[in-house]
Amino acid sequence: MTKFLIIVTGILGLAVVFQILRTFQLAAKLRGKNDWEVTDHENKTQALMMPIFMVFFFGFVIWQIMRWGHLSLPESASIHGEETDMLLSVTWWIITPVFFITHILLFYFCYKFVYNKDRRADFYPHNNKLEMLWTIVPTIVLTCLIIYGLVTWNKIMTPIAEDTDHVLIELYGKQFDWTARYAGEDMRFGDANTRRIEGANVLGIDSADVNAADDKIVKGEFHLPVNKPVQFVFRSQDIIHSAYMPHFRAQMNCVPGMKTQFNFVPKYTTAEMREKVGNPEFDYLVLCNKICGAAHYNMQIKIVVESQEDYDKWLAEQATFIASNEVAPVQPEKPAVIEAEAAAPTLENDSTKTE
Amino acid sequence: MSAHAEHHHHEEDFLFKYVFSQDHKMIAKQFLVTGFTMGFIGMLMSTFFRLQLGWPGKSFPILETFMGDWAPNGVLDPDKYLALVTIHGTIMVFFLLTAGLSGTFSNLLIPLQIGARDMASGFLNMLSYWFFLTSSIIMLYSLGVEGGPASAGWTIYPPLSALPQAIPGSGTGMTLWLVSMSLFIVSSLLGGLNYIVTIINLRTKGMKMTRMPLTIWAFFLTAILGVLSFPVLFSAALLLVFDRSFHTSFYLSDIYIAGESLGYEGGSPILFEHLFWFLGHPEVYIVLLPALGLSSEIISVNARKPIFGYRAMIGSMMAIGFISFIVWGHHMFMSGMNPFLGAVFTFTTLLVAIPSAVKVFNYLTTLFKGNLVFTPQMLFAIGLVSTFISGGLTGIILGDAALDINIHDTYFVVGHFHIVMGLSAIFGMFAGVYHWFPKLFTRMMNNKLGYAHFWITIVCAYGVFLPMHFMGFAGMPRRYYDYSNFPMFDGTLEIGEIISVFAIIAALGQVIFLINFVYSAIWGTRAPKNPWNSNTLEWTTPVEHIHGNWPGEIPEVHRWPYDYSKPGKELDYVPQTVPLEEGELDEGNHH
Repeated sequence: MTKFLIIVTGILGLAVVFQILRTFQLAAKLRGKNDWEVTDHENKTQALMMPIFMVFFFGFVIWQIMRWGHLSLPESASIHGEETDMLLSVTWWIITPVFFITHILLFYFCYKFVYNKDRRADFYPHNNKLEMLWTIVPTIVLTCLIIYGLVTWNKIMTPIAEDTDHVLIELYGKQFDWTARYAGEDMRFGDANTRRIEGANVLGIDSADVNAADDKIVKGEFHLPVNKPVQFVFRSQDIIHSAYMPHFRAQMNCVPGMKTQFNFVPKYTTAEMREKVGNPEFDYLVLCNKICGAAHYNMQIKIVVESQEDYDKWLAEQATFIASNEVAPVQPEKPAVIEAEAAAPTLENDSTKTE
Repeated sequence: MSAHAEHHHHEEDFLFKYVFSQDHKMIAKQFLVTGFTMGFIGMLMSTFFRLQLGWPGKSFPILETFMGDWAPNGVLDPDKYLALVTIHGTIMVFFLLTAGLSGTFSNLLIPLQIGARDMASGFLNMLSYWFFLTSSIIMLYSLGVEGGPASAGWTIYPPLSALPQAIPGSGTGMTLWLVSMSLFIVSSLLGGLNYIVTIINLRTKGMKMTRMPLTIWAFFLTAILGVLSFPVLFSAALLLVFDRSFHTSFYLSDIYIAGESLGYEGGSPILFEHLFWFLGHPEVYIVLLPALGLSSEIISVNARKPIFGYRAMIGSMMAIGFISFIVWGHHMFMSGMNPFLGAVFTFTTLLVAIPSAVKVFNYLTTLFKGNLVFTPQMLFAIGLVSTFISGGLTGIILGDAALDINIHDTYFVVGHFHIVMGLSAIFGMFAGVYHWFPKLFTRMMNNKLGYAHFWITIVCAYGVFLPMHFMGFAGMPRRYYDYSNFPMFDGTLEIGEIISVFAIIAALGQVIFLINFVYSAIWGTRAPKNPWNSNTLEWTTPVEHIHGNWPGEIPEVHRWPYDYSKPGKELDYVPQTVPLEEGELDEGNHH
């Protein structure tokens, strides 16, 4: 019934509007004019609207910066994040003036050069010098930006050298939660494959693999020591997820069937960060940032960054894989395809492999 | 008996004139109306999910009225939220801005502006439309199937799109999406090949390539992009069909879902991403280039001044088109592909800024010392320049892999591409409709309603998409149904509300356009032959549509299309059909 009423009201409304339009059209015709021709008055009004719009447009931009600027993520909590934030500032400093200047020119020209029947436009089809100028200047600026960006990118994406003291951790995504696995003393993960997922063995770890014994699996939250490089390895059980850690300026997709990686050095403990942002309830989070189904919007895990001592203490309390998985049926045959280099301690070539 | 035969003949005429027409002008109208219908549906969907995003969890009975069990008790279901987002994206990118925009204006303007009686193949052209219509109907039909329509995002990354266990929309809905898009690709190829062949072969005497209006250049390059890239999407879709239906493992590997291990081995979703974006990125320019072409023409006509740097405009469109084929990886910086590739794609991506900058400066110089007539189409073309600047600049941030790490897939991206691609393209399309309405419907549109439409649209469009950049910097991922689970996003609640209010007003503003469009098409003032005092050939045809476009000979072309306000001429325009005077330079063809 409501639908019907909406439709009827709509049709009646349209009929009324059409009649009004018709009246205007006829009235214009009576005055010997056309309703589509731009009058002098209209032209001037529209020209004047341009700078007015510009003022509101710029005002709106500035108002937003003042009102919502503080919502931006706080200072980077990772070392490499300082560099990306710097790169971002530099980029902003380049594009903001361009934004304002080109818009000022656009709206000013519109206002200034409004139609006047006593004047003629300048016949100015081209100027090679000018065109070279605005090809070359952007080229130079962009070359600098590209080089700066690539240096930063390469630095960030280089995996941690094996002989550096670091934490090795696997983040495992599935609909709709995260599991973290620490490599343990041996700094090697035990083999894992979804076909071995059974009961408590949620990651499908091969219990016959010696590297698996000291792996530690945690859910709900995971901890990291401050000021120590963390090498993340990402895997997914079902579909593509993305591990987004905005406070650390870190993100990487978790892709079923392959391993991806990212590394960073946490700079501030959770407690320090709470102080910095002035919020005693602040927590670092991993958010899922690749559409993954109905509860995508609530797929998260807390990260606790703490001192090395606290971290060691917390890690010691976590059960090893072997302890939490007493009844470990040894699988006789090894699924051949995927396992070959899964146990390799470094992952340098993992992502190239699938290209 | 004879009266009966005549009657029968007449009926057939009607059918072939309006339905199975092979006349490019009628096909253009069919594309326009179908494209706009799809566009309005897509826009309606966005206002529905904006209600949820602006006021999460609040009950809106109107949602239940329109969508029934998609919104039990007036609250949108999370699965259906994703369905709406997916279909909104699909419709807007493909159905409105690809088929609606290119289909309408390539069809209308290519024969008219190059001086041809019709397309090279009227029959293929008709097929192109019918494939498009079928594809649209299937896409809309998929809204009603069990499990809902495709819900894996318009990029339909597998495994999400491959496994119905992962999301209900990946059942029948996804199958129909793939069928619909396959037909769409056929439509696009038939159209594109036709455009290319027509432009190469059917130009009238004197219409050198360097005398073609920039619109035709834009359609030409767009058609080439489409013909080279859409087949790749087809192959991506085909392999996905195999994975879904025949248990192959092109994209799938090592998956455990809904309590069982699926036994796929050795595939990679990254392969799909590569294939998808090999179309997906050129697609951005398939959407954008026609809009740039239309606005170049409109700005020149309404500024009563030649477009500045005609050759540079063509060159920059070629450069943009070429580069668009080697930048697809910037959608995949965080996909896990080799970081070295990330570096390569950063390099190529940022290069796009150079021809884009050239275009912007050329637009500005065209306006400089012009004699500007502010018709509604001129306003929309100026709006396009503004959105092209605003959205293009943030692309410099997103294209930089190191910066993309933290804003990839956030609202910053949503704001960016809606402004640079969505708004620019739709502004170009609106501008085109206002400008060429007399050629489409032989009548004029009302310009007062046009003004209202423009100002409401641009104010609301910026009101919707600028604030999204701030959400991006707050770290808000896109495609979330609800952000209230995260205390860190509490402050953004008001941004969401403001965006939703603007979105609703923008949607209502489009009703003004709809009214103007329908009214003017039926009862609008009769168009004169050349209402905008324009140089191009389409304005030498009779107002009433006739088959073959020109009653007599096709006129010969003697000059480039931008001789506006040429010194020494009596009028401020010189149509292309006017022969060069002795000693007069043909501006497009000398340096």
